[in-house]
Amino acid sequence: MADDTIPRRRFLLGAGIAGTAVATGLTSTSPSEAQAPSGTQAPATSAQATPPASVEPEILLALTATEAAFVSAAVDAFIPADELSPSGTDCGIVTFIDRQLASAWGGGAKMYRGGPYQRGKPEQGYQLPLTPKEFFSAGIAEANDWSRRTYGKEFDRLAPADRTAALKAMEEGKAEFIGLGSKSFFERLLTITMEGFFSDPIYGGNRNRASWTMLGFPGLPATYAGKFEEYRSKRYTAHAQSIADFS
Amino acid sequence: MATRLKEVDAVMVGMGWTGAILARELTKAGLSVVGLERGQDRTPGENFTLPSVRDELRYAARLELMQDNSTDTITFRNASAETALPIRRFGAFLPGEGVGGSGIHWGALHWRFLPSDFRIKSHLTERYGKTAIPEDMTIQDWPISYEELEPHYDHFDKLCGVSGKAGNLKGKIVAGGNPFEGPRSDEYPNKPIMTSAPSLMFSDAARSLGFHPFPSPVAIASAAYSNSEGLTLGGCEYCGYCNRIACEANAKASANTTIMPLLRPESKFELRTRAYMTRLIYDKPGKKVTGVAYTDLRTGEEYEQPANIVVLSSYVFSNTQALLLAGIGEPYDRASGKGLVGKNYCYQFEAGAEAFFADKEWNPFMGSAGTSACIDDFNGENFDHSGLGFFGGGYINCGTASAPPINGRGVPHGTPRWGSDWKRATVKWYHHFTRFNTQGSVYANRENYMDLDPTYKDAFGRPLIRMTYNGTDNDHKMSRFLLTKVEAVIKAMNPTHYEMHPRPKNFTIVPYQSTHNTGGTLMGADPKSSVVNRYLQAWDAHNLFIMGASVFPQQHGYNPTGTVGALAYWSAKAITEQYVKKPGPLVHA
Repeated sequence: MADDTIPRRRFLLGAGIAGTAVATGLTSTSPSEAQAPSGTQAPATSAQATPPASVEPEILLALTATEAAFVSAAVDAFIPADELSPSGTDCGIVTFIDRQLASAWGGGAKMYRGGPYQRGKPEQGYQLPLTPKEFFSAGIAEANDWSRRTYGKEFDRLAPADRTAALKAMEEGKAEFIGLGSKSFFERLLTITMEGFFSDPIYGGNRNRASWTMLGFPGLPATYAGKFEEYRSKRYTAHAQSIADFS
Repeated sequence: MATRLKEVDAVMVGMGWTGAILARELTKAGLSVVGLERGQDRTPGENFTLPSVRDELRYAARLELMQDNSTDTITFRNASAETALPIRRFGAFLPGEGVGGSGIHWGALHWRFLPSDFRIKSHLTERYGKTAIPEDMTIQDWPISYEELEPHYDHFDKLCGVSGKAGNLKGKIVAGGNPFEGPRSDEYPNKPIMTSAPSLMFSDAARSLGFHPFPSPVAIASAAYSNSEGLTLGGCEYCGYCNRIACEANAKASANTTIMPLLRPESKFELRTRAYMTRLIYDKPGKKVTGVAYTDLRTGEEYEQPANIVVLSSYVFSNTQALLLAGIGEPYDRASGKGLVGKNYCYQFEAGAEAFFADKEWNPFMGSAGTSACIDDFNGENFDHSGLGFFGGGYINCGTASAPPINGRGVPHGTPRWGSDWKRATVKWYHHFTRFNTQGSVYANRENYMDLDPTYKDAFGRPLIRMTYNGTDNDHKMSRFLLTKVEAVIKAMNPTHYEMHPRPKNFTIVPYQSTHNTGGTLMGADPKSSVVNRYLQAWDAHNLFIMGASVFPQQHGYNPTGTVGALAYWSAKAITEQYVKKPGPLVHA
């Protein structure tokens, strides 16, 4: 049962932290600490023998607190904690999405942005003037408006069952957004969530290679010439390795 | 005011496969060559390295190696009555950018067209009667035969270190290869890549149905190989990262690995990257192109590069757009059927299937395009089309060339797309599924073409190229027919579950389907039916040579690059042995 009194900023935090530690961590983070070189924080984190991200408050580059709360609730519904993996938030997917939206891609790099803008038909693909960052910002605002109209509160304040129902309504295009289509918003939200879950951990998601371990995907170095024949019809298992492990 | 540069013997517009081949052949013949490339330079040592190439997000999802749509793009509509809209980011097809072009990120399936493909119109007329070809099907014979092109296919095979098994050596059918292929003068340079377990099952099942399976031919060396230029290629690592990504093993052939190391130190060659060709400078009365205008994308400065020979070696869309903007040749007019530039735009009509096997266990992340297996029984004129109601066909292949985690996972239809049940199904099936594909032909239709868009402009203010394309009844029937054969083979493989993926009625610009776009500057026997002659020389500008799949009269049921490379060598031979000695039309109309 979601508690309306929990401050939004709680959702900005990374994995596996108790509520009190969260609040403490957040309030104690001054701008100067946030900008401290990573090297000065690293020893303290490793000393606690927990994944580094789990004890550091997230520093958001693109998402607002409200947007991050929305994304956190959504990715935890898409990727719930269960016997196969930690939750989407605990896998770093909020961090991933935030960084992607702050990246050149999020700003619309390599995207044709000439007008006039027309809706076109579905076969003609994405035709909005919005960059990915702008699209998610507009889409989250729409989703929260719809959620308020439908459930009386914003999406991240809904009980888990209602969050699931709300996402299903968006997936089926039944959530009546005013501007953007709820289905197109849902599809992009699901896509970027899956990218965060399954991409190399260097981008902030897939923390501790959670999805690769779940899937049995070994990651790098992926040099199988000497193994292909032996493992043609039996499972090859190896500790999943990231680009970071070879850098 | 553009800066006029010193004249050179030849300028290449685009430094992918064909630009590199022509630059190499022309400098070997003693000509001075400038290579213009809109994108950045890319070298194996800097750009094809571990660990950074093993990055599915960067390359496969964010499309690092693809053309920059903020500079230009293509507008698209299904039919000429609709308004075309710009492709804001590439989806259905992914043209590359930078030295090496699309030849860096390709999957490297490496094929030749059938002898009958080169004379398809004549062949269909002879076999099925004079009225057999529908009026709206604007297919044409190629102005060159398989036999003429064969030595150049062979040469390109040996440049790329292609792996495969011959099925027809000098007319003799050889066991283990493709018995339908045209006669090869030599065996493949490398033995086939090892075949995956599901592809072996596919082969057994296909054989049980009387079909003729063989390992997929690929421009990926199965072992270290010294190519026709004396450069060493590496052996395939079965890494599963072929598509959309560079090959760190230097096993998957690209111009960067097979030609550029010799071209770079060549004193007669100069490479200019971030150089965007904006205009062919056309002397219409003189029937010549005197050079090209380009913009340095680093500074915005404009230059004119005079040249005795201009080689248009960019992609299908840019080649066609360049001719339309320069006023070279007559633009195709759909209403009257007159005009040629932009005519016969074709695509690759692929459709697929997936099958799941609970009792098998595979490693879908290991492999390459070469670990798949094929049958060619239902391609082109390899089978009788009497009474079928369509022409054309395609090869069928099976094999999970790679199933990387972001884009390659497979779950049965009806599985939830998120949540714990989705996760369980994803884990349950990841090691137990395989995919099938049909490489369907597209036989040209008068309704499918390219012209200049009336509304949308590129970064230089030039009209974008507009593509009007939809799947035809002929091609849909062909594709559904191929899928019945796929389904028969799948059933013989006895899967736990399978699903067929027929093409939707309308072509859509998302999701990804194939980067096999063809047509627009057709090659043909005479200027009434084509833009370039059999040597790829423009009928309306004798010093302009146009490379790539834009010269295909239609698209056959195979990946195009093998034929693109062979045609480049064929054209280079004509330029260096004939044109240079006596500049002028090589074929008299």
